[in-house]
Amino acid sequence: MIGFLIRRLLIAIPTILLISVFVFALQKLLPGDPVLAMAGEERDPAVLEFLREKYHLNDPLHRQYLSWIGGAVQGDLGVSLRTQQPVLTLIGEKLPVTIQLAVMALIIALVIGVPTGVISAYRKGSLIDWGANLVALSGLSIPNFWLGIMLILLVSVKWGLLPASGYVPLSEDPLQSIRTMIMPAFVLGTGLAATLMRHTRSAMLGVLRSDYVRTARAKGLSERVVVIKHALRNALVPIVTVTTLLFGELLAGAVLTEQIFTIPGFGKLVVDAVFNRDYAVVQGIVLCTAVAFIAMNILADAIYRILNPRMRDEQ
Amino acid sequence: MTTPDLILETRSLRRRFVTRKPLLGPPVEVRAVDGVDLRIRRGETFAIVGESGCGKSTLARMLVRLIEPSEGTVLFENRNITGLRGEEMRAMRRDLQFIFQDPFASLNPRMTVGALIEEPLRAHGLGGPDERRARVAELLERVGLLPQHADRYPHEFSGGQRQRIGIARALACAPKLVIADEPVSALDVSIQAQVVNLLQDLKDEFALTLIIIAHDLAVIRHMADRVGVMYLGQLVEVADTDTLFTHPRHPYTEALISAIPVPRVGVKPPAHGLQGEPPNPIAPPAGCRFHPRCPYATELCRSTPPPLTRLAAGASVACHHAPDLSLQGLNDTGTGRSPAAERRFALYRAMREQREGQTLPVPPEPEI
Repeated sequence: MIGFLIRRLLIAIPTILLISVFVFALQKLLPGDPVLAMAGEERDPAVLEFLREKYHLNDPLHRQYLSWIGGAVQGDLGVSLRTQQPVLTLIGEKLPVTIQLAVMALIIALVIGVPTGVISAYRKGSLIDWGANLVALSGLSIPNFWLGIMLILLVSVKWGLLPASGYVPLSEDPLQSIRTMIMPAFVLGTGLAATLMRHTRSAMLGVLRSDYVRTARAKGLSERVVVIKHALRNALVPIVTVTTLLFGELLAGAVLTEQIFTIPGFGKLVVDAVFNRDYAVVQGIVLCTAVAFIAMNILADAIYRILNPRMRDEQ
Repeated sequence: MTTPDLILETRSLRRRFVTRKPLLGPPVEVRAVDGVDLRIRRGETFAIVGESGCGKSTLARMLVRLIEPSEGTVLFENRNITGLRGEEMRAMRRDLQFIFQDPFASLNPRMTVGALIEEPLRAHGLGGPDERRARVAELLERVGLLPQHADRYPHEFSGGQRQRIGIARALACAPKLVIADEPVSALDVSIQAQVVNLLQDLKDEFALTLIIIAHDLAVIRHMADRVGVMYLGQLVEVADTDTLFTHPRHPYTEALISAIPVPRVGVKPPAHGLQGEPPNPIAPPAGCRFHPRCPYATELCRSTPPPLTRLAAGASVACHHAPDLSLQGLNDTGTGRSPAAERRFALYRAMREQREGQTLPVPPEPEI
């Protein structure tokens, strides 16, 4: 297992480097000039030239890339052109918020999605199955921003149960932190729950028809053991895949949801950076997201090997 | 004649499957099993044969309620098990075990072999952890594997070995009746004989009653005491194995037997083999279901279905003309070798048994 992880991490390095080249190149190809955005009303060529020199924007491209990636390896992702803060600090501020939101949303999604998927596969064609599918379809079709606004209207404005917006760090006041995050997490979670429910259902349907589930019944096991131990464990591989991919997506930020609940997360940072041609920030964020996705994939592969003994022999 | 001690009995067992549900009109149904009355005696090996699609697997699964019957009852030791619910049925499964056809699909790939064999013991609360582990080791050895195989996963084994694991699993909680659904048909021919011999040895050792589903007549002739022949969801003939093979009473049985290849020089292929496919079970033919393919069919067969009637010599047949027909079976029960060759083979066998002792299974002689 350790050998496997080391191998996977080594393979990840060239992947990340390649992504960094793409990120850098794409950013340069975008129309627009960051210096103009920075200078605002100022149009004096001397000022613009000074700014270009200051941020090495006149250097050849490969030099710019090398100095950026060289810094990145040492934990220096540059300075935001707009706010003059180090990019790493900006990301460090937003990342815990986004991770908390993502984890809560995912927990909600798993708690709703997997059991309903199992039940609706087990009772295929029944009223419960139809109902679960209907709810899942609505969950997928209802846009997050609408659900978010409706929740704020009902829960916060009308009933006054939860704060409508804002953010309290988990370390400061855990309870209040969860109270502020629960609604946005629910909004994100329900959409994901629908995806998870559909995947769980189809994986379970395949497994429930298999001979070894029949064997398990013939042994005289109780239905609970048959469904959970024999069927669900074998259906878990696609569920794990979907879950880790969803988590990677959540880390990249949920722009709309964060906007509605005014959560200072990744999503808002990305949008601001792109609109202001804040190269350093965009590059830093994309690099972080890519690393998160790769980490999730390695995690998924590691879980597969725990779940599926057949994969353990493969090199 | 005394009434035999019956372990399992079915009464007009039926199972329908809905194949299509049109928006309007009645659903299209296939009658996979259509009124089967079985009487299985304690301690015997009963074989059910028939072409693919004749409903034999459905029947087997209904016997242990892996499929619910649409109609009819299954009596196990004179107790109706069709109505048993939840816990009662679960407890009943200790006595009724099933061996599946496909040894690749029927073992949970995520569990070790030891856990798979042990699970029925745990489910039925038999023994403590140490006893159960000892029992697993004992079972593994008994089916020709090693106790240390308990820690491996099913994918590390060959097909024959997996079927042995399946057998060990079925025997774990000492059942009274084992139903084997085509236990060797998924295996290589070279392995089939070993598994068949193993099943037979274990049957004697564990005092089992065995029901074997098969389409391979060679396997059946080797193992079974009595045979039931199925055609399109119904039993057409039930007889002692020897009687059935030498004196078939139903034209379908005759056709099946004539299709067994005979490994001998100068044997002519059967004069009249089976023509065509079995009819569509959604719309079975009127009268005797075999009549479109039967060389002896008359007007009576086309209109009236024949009931399964008891004849002399322990045979029951569903054929109007059974008393009048003289059908051809295997007239030679020997191996088809010349007396001189037979003597040489006997010598060879004796030599080999001496050398290898009794522990290794002797490969079976070529079946006719």
